[in-house]
Amino acid sequence: MTIDAGLYDFQGLNEKIRAEKGDVTIERCLGHRFIGAGESERTITLHGTPGNALGCYLNGATIVVEANAQDQVGDTMNDGKIIIHGDAGDAVGYAMRGGEIYVEGSAGYRAGIHMKAYKDKKPVVVIGSKAGSFLGEYQAGGIILVLGIGCADDEVYGRFCGTGMHGGKIFVRAKELCRVLPEQVHAEEADETALAEIKPYLEAYSQYFDKSLPDDGKKFFVFTPNSKNPYKKMYAMN
Amino acid sequence: MSINYIYPEFEIIRDAARCTQCRICEKQCANGVHVYDDKTNRIIADESKCVNCHRCVALCPTRALKVVKTEHTFRPNANWSGQTIEEVYRQAETGGVLLSSMGNPTSLPVYWDRILINASQVTNPPIDPLREPMETKVFLGPKPSRIERNAEGGLINNLKPQMTLKVPILFSAMSYGSISYNAHAALAKAAECLGTFYNTGEGGLHEDFYRYGPHTIVQVASGRFGVHPDYLGAGGAIEIKMGQGAKPGIGGHLPGAKINADVSKTRMIPEGTDAISPAPHHDIYSIEDLRQLVYSVKEATRYQKPVIVKVAAVHNIAAVASGIARSGADIIAIDGFRGGTGAAPTRVRDNVGIPIELALAAVDQRLRDEGIRGNVSLIAGGSIRNAADVVKAVALGADAVYVGTAALLALGCHLCRSCQTGKCNWGIATQQPELVKRLDSDEGAARLVNLVSAWNHEIQELMGGMGINSIEALRGNRLMLRGVGLTEKELEILGIKHAGE
Repeated sequence: MTIDAGLYDFQGLNEKIRAEKGDVTIERCLGHRFIGAGESERTITLHGTPGNALGCYLNGATIVVEANAQDQVGDTMNDGKIIIHGDAGDAVGYAMRGGEIYVEGSAGYRAGIHMKAYKDKKPVVVIGSKAGSFLGEYQAGGIILVLGIGCADDEVYGRFCGTGMHGGKIFVRAKELCRVLPEQVHAEEADETALAEIKPYLEAYSQYFDKSLPDDGKKFFVFTPNSKNPYKKMYAMN
Repeated sequence: MSINYIYPEFEIIRDAARCTQCRICEKQCANGVHVYDDKTNRIIADESKCVNCHRCVALCPTRALKVVKTEHTFRPNANWSGQTIEEVYRQAETGGVLLSSMGNPTSLPVYWDRILINASQVTNPPIDPLREPMETKVFLGPKPSRIERNAEGGLINNLKPQMTLKVPILFSAMSYGSISYNAHAALAKAAECLGTFYNTGEGGLHEDFYRYGPHTIVQVASGRFGVHPDYLGAGGAIEIKMGQGAKPGIGGHLPGAKINADVSKTRMIPEGTDAISPAPHHDIYSIEDLRQLVYSVKEATRYQKPVIVKVAAVHNIAAVASGIARSGADIIAIDGFRGGTGAAPTRVRDNVGIPIELALAAVDQRLRDEGIRGNVSLIAGGSIRNAADVVKAVALGADAVYVGTAALLALGCHLCRSCQTGKCNWGIATQQPELVKRLDSDEGAARLVNLVSAWNHEIQELMGGMGINSIEALRGNRLMLRGVGLTEKELEILGIKHAGE
């Protein structure tokens, strides 16, 4: 089923999508917000640019965007996949608990902020090129991968990466780490076990975007929190 | 080891003639105050651990115990109180941010106690609630500004989803994690029985409590704990928490020690890791951004649930509320600076925010002035202590009130303000199984139902006295209030006259 988004406002479009059973393709998407909110199972393919909070609370559906996406892709996502053939705006994967987000190009500020994990749910955000400041801020679980394709080492992640991080892992591909990391973030070169962990997501990236990692001498670094409880010693009972 | 500068705040007086060494006090105290000494066959007490929660006093079968404030004192000083001095010692010792719980205990003005309620005499007869029907049912949500008709002249139902409350009282947000399973169960059962709502707080919804869904407000806060489509769909309303009266402008932090298996399951985070709710929502920097979150939860729930936005009462609350009323939110909850908490930095709890009475009056007036009062309902919270406070809040403009502390008191809380330690002897603010089981949820629910039913009767009595038979007619009816001992400015903000005028 194909829907011409240009005929509707966001409420109208989302109602139309919900009324259709099965996979849908949306043409002429013009910044419509909340597409796929809470959807499960089916595939939604978008042409044109979706608006903010694409796939919020997503619960198992697959969303494919044949263009750039805006802010808060996959906000509080529980399960499913979002594949963006372009760049994503700020706060991609905010508080996501499960599922996978693949961004072919770059992401804005606060990617993966407050990502979580729970039992078999392990969210993954893969960003092809670079990510803005506050990457993985307050991260509590899951994996963030920044592949650094075609960008300099000092751009691959911005300032304050992993501030307040207390779980999960951030993988960054670079020749060397140029940016200073906050105290509570521990960085080291990824070993074989770590590389094996991210292999399936790298393969998925290559498959979705028909791209392989360039032979540019870059290697993977992994950032983890220094402690599970970074604020433990901050308080005095009164 | 350095000298401990802090002298215990309380003394435990044990009447030796009454004490039978039954050791119940020893078993009951999770703080480890009472210890049996088998050499002397006596129970000795370490007062330094006592929080004055009265558990031992209440359970002592011979009434041999009482807890009194120590007479030991610093040299009297009107500027440096004993409390202030000890806080300095505590921080000098630990280097820590002082952490407290429950509401602001300081002696700042309580405006409720400076407001008096009207009654009818001669010219307008009072109504006897024992004889006449008195309506305390309220509907929360936006009210349509015009009647719409279809082509045939029939009425179009343009009423957006509403929350229906049999009493103008809801239980405010307290998360599973900050309070126990049994406390949550009691609140849920009582809400169902009373025809009102309880609130999950930012702790997710335990699978056992989905059946209370129509009486549940599910909360979405900055940490998004336990938030998923089923959760959003489970409640009768969704609350977006922007702030809390006890700690405006700061987030929450449930220590890993309180995240046991069950709490972890409900919050959907790993066991033993800290649950950090950041101070801001990282996607909200403006009213426009708030509107986006409001609509994202509405989209996810197909526009079937009213959305509440909860904010702390702060200096520019009227302007903030005006923005929220335009954001698509259906209800605004305002939490005053005396609101309770499971843990907040002492300095924030005691110094940040403004009284609910002033905030509520300012918001109601602002929304009326702007012609948007009908866009939203208002819930006032942050220390509503009794039925008279409810009546005053409604007359100042509230549609309903949130109660938290009073509900916990009904469950047995003795306001010892030690929730942050997680060792609540009354089984309320703890996750330790042997403490949690002390609270019987059925008995707790019955006590909550008693409390709210009693308040509702009192509300009816007070309304009847004013000659008002419907709470809707009391809302914003500030002529029913008078101030005593208030300045002109205070009266102006409250929108009430002085007694005698």
